[in-house]
Amino acid sequence: MKLKKGIPLIDQHDQFGFWGGKFGGSFIPETLKKPVEDLTEEFKKLRKNKKFIKKRDYYFKNYIGSPTSFVKLENLTNHLGGAQIWAKVVSEANGGAHKIYNATVHALLCKAMGKKYIVGDTGAGYAGKMLSMAAKKFGLKCKIFMGAKDIKRQKPNCDAMKKNGAEIVPVYSGSQTLVDAVSECMRYWVSNCDNTHMCVGSTVGPNIFVKICGWSTAQISRELKVQLESEFKKIPKKIKLINCVGGGSSAYGFWSEFVDFNKKQIELIGVEAGGPKKSKLHAAPLSRNAKIGVLHGAASYVCQDNEGQINETESISAGLDYPGVSPIHCFLKDTRRARYTFATDEEALNAHVMVTKFENLNPSLEPSHAFAEAIKIAPRLSKDTIIIVNSCGDAKKDRDILKERLGKN
Amino acid sequence: MVSLINEVFKKARNAKRPALLTYTVAGDNTKKKSLDILKSISAHADICELGFPHNTPIADGGQIQTSAYRAIKNGIKINDVFAIAKAFKLSKKTTPIILMGYYNMIYQYDENKFLKKCKSSKIDGLIIVDLPYPENKSFSKKCKRKGINFVQLVSPTTSNIRLKKIIKDSHDMIYYISMLSTTGGKLKVSPKKILENYFKIKNQNKSKNVVIGFGITEKTIKSLKKADGLVVGSAICKEITKSIKKRQNAVTNVTNVVRRLKNKIK
Repeated sequence: MKLKKGIPLIDQHDQFGFWGGKFGGSFIPETLKKPVEDLTEEFKKLRKNKKFIKKRDYYFKNYIGSPTSFVKLENLTNHLGGAQIWAKVVSEANGGAHKIYNATVHALLCKAMGKKYIVGDTGAGYAGKMLSMAAKKFGLKCKIFMGAKDIKRQKPNCDAMKKNGAEIVPVYSGSQTLVDAVSECMRYWVSNCDNTHMCVGSTVGPNIFVKICGWSTAQISRELKVQLESEFKKIPKKIKLINCVGGGSSAYGFWSEFVDFNKKQIELIGVEAGGPKKSKLHAAPLSRNAKIGVLHGAASYVCQDNEGQINETESISAGLDYPGVSPIHCFLKDTRRARYTFATDEEALNAHVMVTKFENLNPSLEPSHAFAEAIKIAPRLSKDTIIIVNSCGDAKKDRDILKERLGKN
Repeated sequence: MVSLINEVFKKARNAKRPALLTYTVAGDNTKKKSLDILKSISAHADICELGFPHNTPIADGGQIQTSAYRAIKNGIKINDVFAIAKAFKLSKKTTPIILMGYYNMIYQYDENKFLKKCKSSKIDGLIIVDLPYPENKSFSKKCKRKGINFVQLVSPTTSNIRLKKIIKDSHDMIYYISMLSTTGGKLKVSPKKILENYFKIKNQNKSKNVVIGFGITEKTIKSLKKADGLVVGSAICKEITKSIKKRQNAVTNVTNVVRRLKNKIK
């Protein structure tokens, strides 16, 4: 298994949609073959269409607010003593997280394909909130599928979705979290694919959804590359790009421009959700050695039992609480280009506390997992090492959880 | 060798009626009960589909999900599914049994091991919901070599070019999904339209047995009786759920439903 240079990772799959010969693919019911093929054709055409690219860039700039800032976390760096810690503050994007990139592109695709309805899944509620925003912006009717447990724990985002005129469909099956929301959304699409477009909220699902999402979030690393060059005059010699990984959309977007670099120069570190310290459950298929399985139309490392039943997961972070992971991250793991580890709920909470204490930054529980790793490794690294954390979500949505766990407002 | 599935369709054709196919979930609600149900309904059903339950079924509606979750909760394992099928075939040698489920279970079991086990359990056919053409080419070939029917699915969204290729690659039976829906949806397309699409498939190669499934109930089954075969699943799973709730005998109740279904297409 080998990475190719000079080709975006999203395009390094074979004719059946597999990365590295075994990750990804399109394991879908026959009914979805046609809409998936149509979408694949449309995307292939549009991504080469200059007018479409211009439109995308226009909305990225004027609607999403690109570029998001790249800042040094001076106080945290001084406190930890060691590597410099920087943040790419993607949570500045309109809506408060990176999910807006994928949502905007899907809304544009939906419009281009002449469909009036758009549906999507959500865990933390950001994918849903952003899709509802984009749908409103582009005049589309929107339905969001969300696990009943997540609806309770991410109320602020649900309020936003409703305000944007989207219908939230609560999902009561299984563990009532993201995995069930994705299943239910796919079922809905099976029944309504003639007039409805589906947006998968991360770099997961059948091959084409991995590609569209990765193509959208790649904006993050395009910006970062320019920012690095202007800040340091050239790309520094020792960089560590740390990102949380649930489905893996923000991590892919954060890394895509840097995959071709030598890993001694730019190390890619993905941090999964380790779950509560005392629990056996987690949502870390890559770093806790899950086996390859098929979930939601793609083969990836999946938390599952010997028989292939999908395991329940547990994480304080709804956005990372997913048993599978992007096939692209499986590919990066097996080619050893990226390193994957996990942070527990407690470590993520502590990281959130530390970052908010020292910096004017309010990372949600998802990127707090990435900060936990940064805090762990920074003290033993040299001062010329540049750690960059993708602060990909804002903690406003975590208000209730933080209050409960930390007793703060 | 003539397949048992083919023979059953021939018999039904001679009796001038469609074959009746039932779908139940293995282990719903216990291993023994699901075997009893199979044995009892096979007095009326021509082919029995037996689902191996998965906890993330992306193409199943509420009724089958409920049955699947119930079976998993009661501890059903894939080897139990084979044991149920095997026991059934011991007592009903002439009724074909088709296993139906999602690919991840086969992938974890290992394709070759799974097919070997199918063979030794006397499984006649397989339907894998999320392994479409052409991704299923190598697996369906393996099935053929073992003398197991791999059932291709066709849907209203299947293009003509694709349809031709799928039929060419199909074995004895093709499953036409009546409408854009998960299993157990309300029939939202007119029977006339469904049959029109059905004959588009059937007329391409008359030697293939084409069955229609999704949305078929006691109310709708008669209107589709021109097909080679009709599949009823969710309506049966629903009856099991109802019987459990009312603390009634599921075997008797389900058998009554299947008998009534059969009478409607005789």
